Amino acid sequence: MHKDLLRLARAEPAVRRHLAVCLAAAVFAGLLVLVQAELLAGVLSGRFAVAVLLPLVVVVLFRGLLGWIQGASAGRTATGVKSVLRARLMKRFQESVFAGPRSGELVTLVGRGLDALDPYLAGYLPAVAVATVVPVAVLARLFVADLATGLIVLFTLPLIPVFGALVGWTTKTVTERQWRALSRLGGHFLDVVRGLPTLRAFGRARYQSSVIRDVAAAHRAATMRTLRVAFLSSLVLELVASLSLALVAVPVGLRLLSGSLDLDTALLVLLLAPEAYLPLRAMGTKFHASVEGVAAADEAFALLVPPGEKQPDEKQPDQAATDRTPATRPGVSPVPDHGVHTPSASRAPEIRLEHVTVRYPGRDQPALDDVSLVVAPGERVALVGESGGGKSTLLHLLLGFVTPSEGRVLVDGVDLATLDLDEWRRRLAFVPQRPHLFAMSVADNIGLGGSASPDLIRTAAAAAQAAGFVEALPDGYETVLGERGVNLSAGQRQRVALARAFCRPSAEVLLLDEPTARLDGRSEAAVVEATRTLAEGRTAIVVAHRPAMIGLADRVVRIGGGRIVPDRPQDHGQGNGHDSGHDREADALAAERGDAR
Amino acid sequence: MSAPHGAGLRRTILAPGMARRLVVAALAGSAADLAGVALIASAAWLITRAAEQPPLAALSVAIVGVRAFATGKGVLRYAERLTGHDVALRAQASTRERLYESLIPAGPLRQRGADLLSRMVDDTEAVQDLLVRCLLPAVAALLTGVAAIVIGAFLLPVGALVLALGLLLAGVLLPAGTAAAAHRWSARIAPARAELAARVADLVHGAADLAAYDAKGQALSDGMAAEGRLSALERGQARINAAALGLGVLIQGSTVAAVVLIAQAAGLGQVATAVLALTALVSFEPVLPLAAAGERFAGVGAALRRLAEIQATPVVVAEPASPAPPPEAPMTVEVEDLVVRHGDREPALDGVSLTLTPGRRVAIVGPSGAGKSTLLSALMRTVDIESGHITINGVDIRSYASDDVRAAMTGLTQDPYVFQASFRDNLRLAGPEASDGELTQAVRRARLDTWADRTGWDTVLGEDGRTVSGGQLQRLALARALLFDPAVLLLDEPAEALDEETADALTADLLDATRGRTTLLVTHRLRGLEQVDEIVVLEDGRVAQRGTHAELVSAPGYYRDLWESETLTASSRASSR
Repeated sequence: MHKDLLRLARAEPAVRRHLAVCLAAAVFAGLLVLVQAELLAGVLSGRFAVAVLLPLVVVVLFRGLLGWIQGASAGRTATGVKSVLRARLMKRFQESVFAGPRSGELVTLVGRGLDALDPYLAGYLPAVAVATVVPVAVLARLFVADLATGLIVLFTLPLIPVFGALVGWTTKTVTERQWRALSRLGGHFLDVVRGLPTLRAFGRARYQSSVIRDVAAAHRAATMRTLRVAFLSSLVLELVASLSLALVAVPVGLRLLSGSLDLDTALLVLLLAPEAYLPLRAMGTKFHASVEGVAAADEAFALLVPPGEKQPDEKQPDQAATDRTPATRPGVSPVPDHGVHTPSASRAPEIRLEHVTVRYPGRDQPALDDVSLVVAPGERVALVGESGGGKSTLLHLLLGFVTPSEGRVLVDGVDLATLDLDEWRRRLAFVPQRPHLFAMSVADNIGLGGSASPDLIRTAAAAAQAAGFVEALPDGYETVLGERGVNLSAGQRQRVALARAFCRPSAEVLLLDEPTARLDGRSEAAVVEATRTLAEGRTAIVVAHRPAMIGLADRVVRIGGGRIVPDRPQDHGQGNGHDSGHDREADALAAERGDAR
Repeated sequence: MSAPHGAGLRRTILAPGMARRLVVAALAGSAADLAGVALIASAAWLITRAAEQPPLAALSVAIVGVRAFATGKGVLRYAERLTGHDVALRAQASTRERLYESLIPAGPLRQRGADLLSRMVDDTEAVQDLLVRCLLPAVAALLTGVAAIVIGAFLLPVGALVLALGLLLAGVLLPAGTAAAAHRWSARIAPARAELAARVADLVHGAADLAAYDAKGQALSDGMAAEGRLSALERGQARINAAALGLGVLIQGSTVAAVVLIAQAAGLGQVATAVLALTALVSFEPVLPLAAAGERFAGVGAALRRLAEIQATPVVVAEPASPAPPPEAPMTVEVEDLVVRHGDREPALDGVSLTLTPGRRVAIVGPSGAGKSTLLSALMRTVDIESGHITINGVDIRSYASDDVRAAMTGLTQDPYVFQASFRDNLRLAGPEASDGELTQAVRRARLDTWADRTGWDTVLGEDGRTVSGGQLQRLALARALLFDPAVLLLDEPAEALDEETADALTADLLDATRGRTTLLVTHRLRGLEQVDEIVVLEDGRVAQRGTHAELVSAPGYYRDLWESETLTASSRASSR
């Protein structure tokens, strides 16, 4: 029994109702088998008239009907539980800001993964209900009909769960020992197919064909070793059930011979005895079929409870792939804080960082270390410095994706922690380093989260140098992107994301994370020009590597090792003196290296 | 089932030893079910006959029979499950092997995402289901049904007829119905499922964008809506399957009732009636699960059809009937007026010419989509040539076996792959015969030695959590290329997806490592290109400019634009190394 799953099924009224109907139908149908056996035995022994066949057909009709009700409500239960889990998982994903490294698996879990719950909910649970009620009822009827048979069944019946548990218990270790080996061997084929282009490049593709054959043979041998033991349990169950029938039938026959038993009872006993064992065997079979579903449920609940823990850990775009810690993240606020203050809107705010330190759990070095910075209203600041130095973290801090462990962020003098984050984010326009394009139309991608007019979308696309290629798409702005739609190149994606920022004319603060990273020289110049226009009258904080972008900033802030690296004060660098720019950067870098080590 | 995958499956099933194993499994399964019927029939006979109080000797055969059938049923079921799974695993293995062999020539797998690949691999498991869950149970049900009908025919021919009718309804019509329903429903459910997956992927991967643009609520409700549509369809499908289940029970019960009625009307004796009725009842047991098998069969059929489609995809590069002997080093490669087209789009390469003489290093630069990677693919014979030609030492590459061409010209390809194997094995695939010394040298030249020593040569890569970072992946690929040591080294965007510093370091290292080798380097970054002998600028599939770095920088055009943009940051990066 899966506690979390049952709790969930009980907590949802609709699901609880369907589950109750399903279980009731299953149990009732199981009990009708007793009636059916009674009537059939009566007719065959001649105790009842042939006319009793009519009630027999009615009973069968009811069993069919109940079977249908059971199946339909089991389907409703299963989809209900899956709906709830999917909704909760989606809400969970929506709350966390950073996609984890296993995000692909999460997507699979919500889709095909949860489908593995069907055998558990629609198969195993009704089987359990039937197995707890029907054998007892059958046993009671048998005792009434014939004490000796009742005793035989009573003593053999427990053998099924006992042997089942015994065999299961001894095979468990064998199975678990082989499980890893099995899954590795099973994954080999996928691995080879994925790497086929690489194998082909080195002339190893044909050779792998024989490796695949060998691995498949090893996989089969290992699987069969496991199955030989695992199927022992079903052998035992089958033997107990069928031998018990023989154990019942032979003495009954002998007693009939001596005249101490009547035919009606004998036939009833023969028809009923198998029905005592059947539900238990069915439960065992359904349990095996539902193991995968239980694993899926475990995975889903591990993601859901407790909140904030065992979360997919964030992978900062700016940080190396080594940055993976499955611990809690006090540094990250997954749920928007619905605070009290509403910032005075309508003009570019002053942003002030006071001794801000940001720590990611599991890492010794803080991502930002005692950073103080003031960005004046309307100022354009370029953040420069090595990768992993903390530039993206600073943007995420301003977005409220991460919260300071120490120090605070003030917006027009108000602590960001007390602001309504949704309200605050509405005043921002953000272009992440690796923007995500959604599986919807280009227009919806550009006008994300708002109700931008088609004109505004077109203007924004034109400003972001995206209009040209968007108009060349099969359906222009209505072209759907994604796996089944059109795919764009990295540079094109970047420009769609920029258009998104351009599509927020009311934004007061621009946060751009290397907006020209994947553009070639020509588009870069155009985007820089467009960004200059966009930044007019707004506060802009731009993570930049390329000088053209750096050139449009009023001030360059160098960040390294989580700290602001002292830089020579820079006069309004509308940057035509490239050479002097180089020198400054080189000096600063040298200084920074000296500072860091 | 349509013809192509039927043929493939037949070949699998009729492979040496397969047919025999399959027959054994089918016989074991049938025998187990028959033992079940015989157990009930003999027990019924035993009891009803005993009620007539004959001498004990008349019952002894039935007593032995009951005990034997009871034991046999369990043992035979065990045998069936083992043989059935064994044969299914063999069938799956040979399906995979054949699938893989059809994938070896370039073509079928072009443009397939990782998800589609894993779905394809899942599809090969359908063969297992086909045998274990569809074919073997169907054979057992058929034989059991026939046996029950034969028993019935001896007792009462009309009763047997009614039984046959009931069995046909439950064993043929019902499964056919569920198969058809499953086929129709999956056509509606599949798009709903894909829609949900897309919405969830958006929520997971686009979380930051959604948060920043206050669009999370919308995305969540889109996801819920997609979920609701899928759930509604699944509920409908569950109702259909439940109806099939209920109908099966109804058919079974009505058949038994009808058989008893007919037997009574025909004045059949009590013993025969009981045996007939119970035989009829039990003969449905292997038949009823066929409704569920029919549902599964629809899915199996779709999976096998997808596999057959992949296997039927024509290869893109035809092999010569009698290949020329492999080219020998030193090699001169000439590309003349090369035109390559993907599908019926604009040509990806349109009249490109270049020459690679031994020891010469040529770089190809240009914006993305200019045809750089297509050129390498043409050289490696993974796309076909529309017009113009490529020659190695004067011989057209189309007259060589494509494996021989790749043995001569290969290197760091797009999207290099890390296998779930040790670092050493990952490297060794490019040099199975290489000595440890050669491995070490290749690793050193790719500047991967520090990382390799730290990570460990026998550490398994590619597993969850121990993936290789982008920079190390490209260096691993470079080490492979150096180890393979082809006569002509091809390097496709080795600095792709790396941050600027790593990219610079890698470019510098590989320019060092390729000194004196015949090399074709595809890149979108210009740093260090003053070291190569010729630079070809591709734009829209045509050669826009060519010359040395010095020549190109002094002429207006794409190269100079890009160079100017790059040099602006050059000094800061130079100092950071």
